[in-house]
Amino acid sequence: MLTFIRKRSVASLFSLVGLIVMVFFLSRMTGDPASLFLPVEASAEMKQQFRELHGLNDPMLVQFGRYVGDVLTGDLGESYRKARPALDVVLEAFVWTLWLAVTTMSLVTCAAIVVGSLAAFRAGGFFDRAASMLSLIGASVPDFWLAIVAIVIFSINLAVLPTSGTGSLAHWVLPIAVLFVRPFGIIVQVVRGSMITALSSAYVKTARAKGVRSGPIIFIHALRNAMLPVITVIGDQAASLLNGAVVVETIFGFPGVGKLMIDSILQRDFNVVLAAILVTALAIFFMNLLIDLAYALLDPRIRH
Amino acid sequence: MAEHLLDVRDLSVEFHTAAGVVKAVCNIFYHLDRGETLAILGESGSGKSVSSAAIMNLIDTPPGRITSGEIYLDGVDLLTMRPQERREVNGKRIAMIFQDPLSHLNPVYTVGWQIREAMTTHGLQSEAAEAEALRLLGRVGIADPQIALKKYPHQFSGGQRQRVMIAMALALRPDLLIADEPTTALDVTVQAEVLALLKELQREIGMGVLIITHDLGVVAEIADRVVVMEKGALVESGTVGDVYRNPKHPYTRKLIAAAPGRGAMHEDDQKGDVLLRVRDVRKSYGAFEALRGVSFDLMAGQTLAIVGESGSGKSTLARVLLRLEEPDTGSALWQGRDLFRLPPRELYRLRRDLQMVFQDPSQSLNPRMTVFQLISEAWVIHPDILPRSRWRERVAELLQQVGLSPDHMRRYPHQFSGGQRQRIAIARALALEPRLIICDEAVSALDVSVQAQVIELLDRLRQETGISFIFIAHDLPVVRDFADQVMVMRKGRIVELGGVRQIFEAPREAYTQALLAASLDPDPDVQASHRARRAASPSPLSME
Repeated sequence: MLTFIRKRSVASLFSLVGLIVMVFFLSRMTGDPASLFLPVEASAEMKQQFRELHGLNDPMLVQFGRYVGDVLTGDLGESYRKARPALDVVLEAFVWTLWLAVTTMSLVTCAAIVVGSLAAFRAGGFFDRAASMLSLIGASVPDFWLAIVAIVIFSINLAVLPTSGTGSLAHWVLPIAVLFVRPFGIIVQVVRGSMITALSSAYVKTARAKGVRSGPIIFIHALRNAMLPVITVIGDQAASLLNGAVVVETIFGFPGVGKLMIDSILQRDFNVVLAAILVTALAIFFMNLLIDLAYALLDPRIRH
Repeated sequence: MAEHLLDVRDLSVEFHTAAGVVKAVCNIFYHLDRGETLAILGESGSGKSVSSAAIMNLIDTPPGRITSGEIYLDGVDLLTMRPQERREVNGKRIAMIFQDPLSHLNPVYTVGWQIREAMTTHGLQSEAAEAEALRLLGRVGIADPQIALKKYPHQFSGGQRQRVMIAMALALRPDLLIADEPTTALDVTVQAEVLALLKELQREIGMGVLIITHDLGVVAEIADRVVVMEKGALVESGTVGDVYRNPKHPYTRKLIAAAPGRGAMHEDDQKGDVLLRVRDVRKSYGAFEALRGVSFDLMAGQTLAIVGESGSGKSTLARVLLRLEEPDTGSALWQGRDLFRLPPRELYRLRRDLQMVFQDPSQSLNPRMTVFQLISEAWVIHPDILPRSRWRERVAELLQQVGLSPDHMRRYPHQFSGGQRQRIAIARALALEPRLIICDEAVSALDVSVQAQVIELLDRLRQETGISFIFIAHDLPVVRDFADQVMVMRKGRIVELGGVRQIFEAPREAYTQALLAASLDPDPDVQASHRARRAASPSPLSME
C-alpha cells in the first residue's frame, strides 16, 4: 500500500515539474511585462529600471532557474499588481474555491448515488426514465446560461437571493446550485450504468438466494462494487471545480481562484498566475492520491 | 398422496427476448424428498437451470415469465406467496450454490462477513453468527478458519471458494440445497472432494439436494434419481441406475453414448519421425516456477495429450512452444532447428507450421469478421500460400472438411453454436496447412455430445492429413479415445509419460492413479465401486 502511494507520488511529481516549465516559458512569451505595468508614457530608462528590479533582463533560463529555486524555498514572488506575496493572494482565493468545490461535490456525490442507484434498480421504469432525461439535460446545459437564468429568476424576479458577491450563506446558494447541475447529470449516468452491471452480477444473485432485502442488496452489495468507475468520474469533475469554475465565479463575482487566474492573466501578473497553477496542480495531485486511496479502500483486490 | 419436500408441477417459463418468445421450460414435473438427491441433467440451452431459478425466485420479470404450474415446498405453493414470504424462504429453507464461486461471492467483502450475513439476514445475532461462521468454515475443511474469515474471495483457490459457498449455503441448515453445476469449474480431484463433502453434509443435515449438471459422471457419483431435459422439455426420469442402463428416450441414449472414454484406444505405435524434440524447458514468473524442466518427443502424425490440473503448467508449455512467451531455458528442436532461438523472420515463416486452437471460440474469433475473412486472413499474412483468386474455393473446401457448409462463409461468429464456432477455429488453423496444431482445452467449453463430435473431427483430420496434435486437457477421459501418447503434468513437472493404453490401464505413478480415480465414470455401478475403494483407502493426494 505504501509503495503504491510512493509510486503514484513520484509519477505525479514529474507531471508537476513539466507543468511548471511549460507555464513559465509560455507566459513569458506573451508580451513584455515592463511595457504592460508601466504607464504608456514611461521612459525607456524607467522600463529598464523596472526590468532590472525584477530580473527581467536576465536570460530566460536564468530567470527560470531563479524561479525554481524560489519555489523550492516556498517563495513564489510578489504580485506586481497587489504588492503582496503571490502565494498569499492565491491561497486566499483558493480557500474560497476549495469550499465551493468540496460543498458542491459532496452534495453532487450523495444525490447522484441515490438517484442513479434507484434508477438502476428499476431500470426502464418511470423513475429511471425521468432521472435519465433530467441527467441528460443537466449534463448538457451550459453553465453561463444557467447562471444568468438563475440570477434573473431568483435574484431579480423573486428577489430571494443575492446576485453576486460574498458575505452571507445566501451568497453561496446560487453558485453551488449552478455548479451542481453538470457533474450531477454526468455522475448520475455513470452510477446508473455501473449499478445496472453490478445488480445483474452473480454475487447479487447469491445475495438474493440468501434472502437479503432489496435495500442492502442495492446499497451494500452492489453499490460498493459499482463505485469503482464512479470514483474516477467524481475525481474528474472535482478537478475541474478545483481548477476554478472560471465562468461561474466571474458571473457571481465569487473571489475564487478561477476568477483570480483570469484577472492575473489579463494583467500579466505572472507570479500570481504561476502560483495559482502550482497550488491548484498540487491540490489536484492530492485529490488524485485520495481517489487512489479510495479505490484501494473499496476494493481489496487492489490492496493486495 | 404423501407430501414431498419439493414438488414441481406443470412448470412453464418463457423469456421475452428481441428474437421473440423463448419457451425455456415447458410443463415439467419433478419432486424431491428429504435426504434424497435428484439430478437435473441437460446440455446448454436445455432449461435445466431455469426451474431452479424459479424455485429461488431468481428469474427477472421481465424478461422472464412463469406461465403455468406450481412449486410446492412441504405442500405450500411458493409461486402464490407474497415476496416478503419468498424472501424468508430463501437462505433459510432453500439454499443455493453456483457454478463459478469466484463471481458468485462478493469481491469486496470478507468471506466471514458474507457467511455471517446469511444468518443475520434471518434474524441471528451477529456474535452468534460469527461463532457459527467459524464453526462452518472448519466443518467444510478450510484450514485456519479464524484467519480465513477475514480473507477476501480472491485469496482462496477455486475449490476452497466452493467450500466457502457451501458453508454459507448450509449456515441455517436448509431443508433443500440447490447446486447448479457446483463442480464444473473445478479440477477433477477437487471435484471429487467437493462432491464427497456435499454428500457428507447431506447425511448430517438430512436435506434434499437438487443438483443441476451436464455431466453424467456427477449424476452417477451423487444422485439417487435423475431427470433428463432437452430444449425445455423433460424427456426422461427415473433412478440413476435405470436411466443409465435402460435409457428410453433417444436423447438420453445419445448423451450416454457421447460420454467420453468409452471407445477404442489407439495402439501404442512409436514408429515414425520425431517432429518436435523438447528438452528441459523451464519458465518462471517471479518466484513462481511454472515449468520446472519438461522434456518430451512428439512423433509426426501422432497426438500427444497433456493432462494436468490448474497450476500444472500445461498452458504455459503451449504458449512457450508457440513463442507467445519466452522460456527461461531449454530447447525445442523442430526439423533440426531450435524453435526458441529462431530469429523473428524465420519465426514468422514457422508460424505457418504451428497453429493453435483455443478454449473459448467466442473469444478467439473476432466478432466483426465474417467466417470468410477469419479463415482467409491467414493468406493475407502469408500471401505465398494461395493466390487470391482461389481463396473462396479453398475456404469452402475447409468448411466442408470441418463439417460446415460452404455458404456459412458469409456469416459472423455469433450466428453459430459453440461447437460450430470451434469448427471455424479449426478451419482457420488448417488454412495455413500446419504440421502441428496445439489445442488448449479446445473442447472443455463444449457440451458433451458436441465434444465427442469435435474430437472425432480432429482424429479424422489427423488420419487424412498427417497433422500432429498437442492436445491439452484437464480431464483424462476426454483424451482417452484420441491420444497416442499421454503426458501427465503436475506443478510444472512431468509426472508420467507413456502410451495411452499404459496410462489408462496400468498407470505407474500415484498421481496418475489418483487422477483416474477422481475422474467420474458415467456408469453408476463403476462409480459406486470407486467410492467403495476410496472409502477403504483415503486418497493421500489432497490438492488443496
